[in-house]
Amino acid sequence: MMSSFLFRAMDARAGIFMAILGAAIVLVPAGNLLVPETSPFHVPTYAVTLMGKYLTYALLALAVDLVWGYCGILSLGHAAFFALGGYAMGMYLMRQIGTRGVYGDPILPDFMVFLNWQELPWYWYGFDMFWFAALMVVLVPGLLAFIFGWFAFRSRVTGVYLSIITQALTYALLLAFFRNDMGFGGNNGLTDFKDLLGFDIQADTTRAGLFAASGLALVVCFLICRALTRSKLGKVLVAVRDAESRTRFLGYRVEHYKLFVWTLSAMMAGIAGALYVPQVGIINPGEFAPANSIEVVIWVAIGGRGTLVGAVIGAVLVNFAKTWFTAALPEIWLFALGGLFVFVTLFLPKGIVGTFSQGWTALRQRKISAAYEAGSDEPPTAPPHSPGAPANVTIPKPSAPVSGAAEPQPAE
Amino acid sequence: MARSTSLLYLDGVSVSFDGFKALNELSLTIAPGEMRAIIGPNGAGKTTMMDVITGKTQPDSGEIYFNGAVDLTGEDEASIAELGIGRKFQKPTVFESHTIWDNLELALKAPRGPFSTLFHVITGAEKKRIEVLLDLIRLGGKRNELAANLSHGQKQWLEIGMLLAQDPKLLLVDEPAAGMTDAETAETAELLKDIAKDHSVVVVEHDMVFVRSLGVKVTVLHEGSVLAEGSLDHVSADERVVEVYLGR
Ligand SMILES: Nc1ncnc2c1ncn2[C@@H]1O[C@H](COP(=O)(O)OP(=O)(O)OP(=O)(O)O)[C@@H](O)[C@H]1O
Ligand SMILES: [Mg+2]
Repeated sequence: MMSSFLFRAMDARAGIFMAILGAAIVLVPAGNLLVPETSPFHVPTYAVTLMGKYLTYALLALAVDLVWGYCGILSLGHAAFFALGGYAMGMYLMRQIGTRGVYGDPILPDFMVFLNWQELPWYWYGFDMFWFAALMVVLVPGLLAFIFGWFAFRSRVTGVYLSIITQALTYALLLAFFRNDMGFGGNNGLTDFKDLLGFDIQADTTRAGLFAASGLALVVCFLICRALTRSKLGKVLVAVRDAESRTRFLGYRVEHYKLFVWTLSAMMAGIAGALYVPQVGIINPGEFAPANSIEVVIWVAIGGRGTLVGAVIGAVLVNFAKTWFTAALPEIWLFALGGLFVFVTLFLPKGIVGTFSQGWTALRQRKISAAYEAGSDEPPTAPPHSPGAPANVTIPKPSAPVSGAAEPQPAE
Repeated sequence: MARSTSLLYLDGVSVSFDGFKALNELSLTIAPGEMRAIIGPNGAGKTTMMDVITGKTQPDSGEIYFNGAVDLTGEDEASIAELGIGRKFQKPTVFESHTIWDNLELALKAPRGPFSTLFHVITGAEKKRIEVLLDLIRLGGKRNELAANLSHGQKQWLEIGMLLAQDPKLLLVDEPAAGMTDAETAETAELLKDIAKDHSVVVVEHDMVFVRSLGVKVTVLHEGSVLAEGSLDHVSADERVVEVYLGR
């Protein structure tokens, strides 16, 4: 059962993607740690960290694509789950500081001493243990998503209304985390981390390790999403995306499906946040900003909604551009991002990956048809799957060619 | 007929939208194994009746029982579908970005929970069943095409195929012949008669040739309640029916 489940995840596209990611996971840390600094192949530490950060963004985008691209839930609040995972990791890192803080208190983080708190709030208990923090990284965003989704999906809140309440969710958390008496460091957030699992957080080896961990997390989550979207469950998700009420009349309990992917997606976002925080060295309420969640959706739209690979490519490309722009032309970054979004919406509605795979299928189709007319034995076949629809496990005999893929459906 | 021996039992069902009574004290009984045709002018409440049976719309008052004992009021769409009531919509609705094959696979009777579908591996029996259905709805050659590329009539047939894949006890079929040529309409009637051999069917249709070829009991709806019931010849002879519907 499990093996066939994972087996589904693999095909040529997934293989290429995994090979590239795998190579990056090995080569980037090696280029940093093993290649001498004088060599042109040396990867500077700042670049390792920067790319590690991109990978965590890519994981966040993957999580958004799972719910938006496949199930039609346009979340404008995923940064909240990302930030919650980040805070859980930040709390662990804070407690690792111990007596090395400015006030030298063995238990209380500096900001609590500063606020004259006498003891650790109960919700900080356990965060001195890594396993506990790691558990919270997935449990806290997962639980919040579950509760939120349980109410929202049961009441059949969909479309733009759902998007708006996800914005409200992240905004409410932003305001809450700004307050000093919440016990999460107020607007300064959590920072000045020293070490992680006993490793100095500034060390090159730790940085390389965090990069590799981010890459690995991305690979694992990609495989999970891929297996999921290519299973029968994935087909139900696409059915829900395209014709929700029809799916109900077939006997599927739509709210259970939505709740399942929504919670899973929030957990993945939490993992992304937890890997992000030690690499950037800080987590503050700014991560809950509503604009952050919207940006993630733009990455996915640019890369190609409902393609998984596209989410990763979109996140990495846009953030690479952002890094470049904010250094070279900081004033125009937001305009450039907006412009890019408009351009993609108008001219590449399927995003980069969607457009490419469509073009590629059409090209191959034409080649085979031409060869067939020229007397080849292989009959022209229909492209079995649209980029928006997950692949079928069993592909029955092919038939006549089709003219084109289905138009993408709006998310209600 | 008594409720206990009926398959579907509606008694005094009323539904209003902003004060407008779409169904007005509607009472209707379908026996197990029966095929029934429903006719009536536009806006008579035929589709609304199906909405009420399948849980899409909750009735304001009245009783709806399935299998003589199961109260359908208050149940949601998914549980009513699971009880064994399948529905074809007036406007054909198939999953456009899925292939024909996948549309049928999704409809196929199987456990509906997320965890069952997550680990579902299609069985030989299921494949065979899909093959049979593909043949029946004449879409075998198009199995790998996206449903979006089908013609209107083909979508109607695919939806009937999906309905059969669900293997329901009762099929509610809303205007299956709409948008079809005469030949296609005749074929659809044959298909439905075939289906009616081992299912109970309620068909809504405006096409009188189609209704006649089914040769079953007809119920005429008008302004949300039953105007006449009986054989097509019987109801056609009814003056009120001629006035509101057939005479137009
Ligand atoms: N959701 C709704 N909100 C408001 N009015 C509705 C709704 N659904 C149906 N109606 C009204 O109820 C009446 C009955 O509609 P219904 O669709 O059941 O008619 P019908 O008999 O199926 O007609 P047709 O032959 O045109 O399909 C119509 O006047 C329609 O406008
Ligand atoms: Mg109707």
